[in-house]
Amino acid sequence: MTAVDPSTTPQDAGGDILAVAREQVLERGEGLSQEQVLAVLQLPTERLEEALGLAHEVRMRHCGPEVEVEGIVSLKTGGCPEDCHFCSQSGLFDSPVRAAWLDVDRLVEAAKQTAKTGATEFCIVAAVRGPDAKLMEQVRAGIAAIRAEVDINVACSLGMLTQEQVDELAAMGVHRYNHNLETARSHFPEVVTTHSWEERWETLQMVRAAGMEVCCGGIVGMGETLEQRAEFAVQLAELEPDEVPLNFLIPNPGTPFAHLEVPQGADALMTVAAFRLALPRTVLRFAGGRELTLGDLGAEQGMLGGVNAIIVGNYLTNLGRPAEQDLDMLETLKMPIKALNDTL
Amino acid sequence: MEPSADPVERPFCAWCGAARAEGDHTACERRLATVDPPRHCPVCARRMVVQVDPVGWTARCSRHGESAGTHGFRR
Ligand code: SF4
Repeated sequence: MTAVDPSTTPQDAGGDILAVAREQVLERGEGLSQEQVLAVLQLPTERLEEALGLAHEVRMRHCGPEVEVEGIVSLKTGGCPEDCHFCSQSGLFDSPVRAAWLDVDRLVEAAKQTAKTGATEFCIVAAVRGPDAKLMEQVRAGIAAIRAEVDINVACSLGMLTQEQVDELAAMGVHRYNHNLETARSHFPEVVTTHSWEERWETLQMVRAAGMEVCCGGIVGMGETLEQRAEFAVQLAELEPDEVPLNFLIPNPGTPFAHLEVPQGADALMTVAAFRLALPRTVLRFAGGRELTLGDLGAEQGMLGGVNAIIVGNYLTNLGRPAEQDLDMLETLKMPIKALNDTL
Repeated sequence: MEPSADPVERPFCAWCGAARAEGDHTACERRLATVDPPRHCPVCARRMVVQVDPVGWTARCSRHGESAGTHGFRR
């Protein structure tokens, strides 16, 4: 998807969309509506810099200069019974990713490596529909071992939960729970058929009610229209998550989305700006796919365009940039890393 | 086992698993250099069990043992 010709750009009824956003989002702190987000997404590429500049001002005004740094690790890789069409870990596709479990020692080591970067968050992820007794046991042992040795907030991403599991994770001290809605509700059936968007939404509500922070984002570039991208931004805003991780599709071999193109850099950056303008106070995190979609320069533009959090190092099955490279970038941009126990 | 550039010792593409001597593997190499660890054993093309962690990866071939790396894999 590319930005359209300026002459065909629909203007918001209230005037130029960035002027409206300046008043509404920057000054009053009110996120954009679906139509307004769409108007931003439809801006011509020539206005990208302006959109990113405004998104950066919004982030600085409503979130501050700190950047939240996180590391993630896959506790259980591959063999998932679900069919999320982007995912190389589904056992239903002919993907080269094979099932693997991480032992507690390596999990603790990964948490230590993450903490060394200055990160305040460490997220334990499993490729499952939802946790079974074996996984819950492994998570319990892993969290206890991490807490004994590493000073870092522990987050989890273990799929859909029962109320009992939500309560158990909260009791273990899990600080934040990630469960991505992935895409707009109207596009979800094109992406996943083995469970519904609503089931995901339900888990998120239980997580919030149990007092854990809610982390919920998705993937840009899965064949959604710009309208659906705008729909997704406001659906996330409605959820009021503490954090939104933004991923850009990595077309993985063997998956139904293997044939899709890597999202274009300008398109991805306009999406970053639009999401910040829809979610003025949320932690907006650069997650997977930025290396292919944006490269080094684009990552900097995103950090100056509304993003205020990053995943450093590798992802679950993909590699990221070396953590030092991102930390150097933050230093160059004069963006301090959020300290443990600070809230953004 | 350190990645080696020798096409005789390592005749298979670690990304797609096809013979390196056949076809164009430019896209595979780009992926290996940026976002993907090796998935296929470069010696026998078997799918490997790969574990990625924040600072590196390990890949185990049932026949040719374990290899490991930090960021990016070059054959
Ligand atoms: S539930 Fe998670 S691990 Fe399973 S296929 Fe979907 S995205 Fe992949």
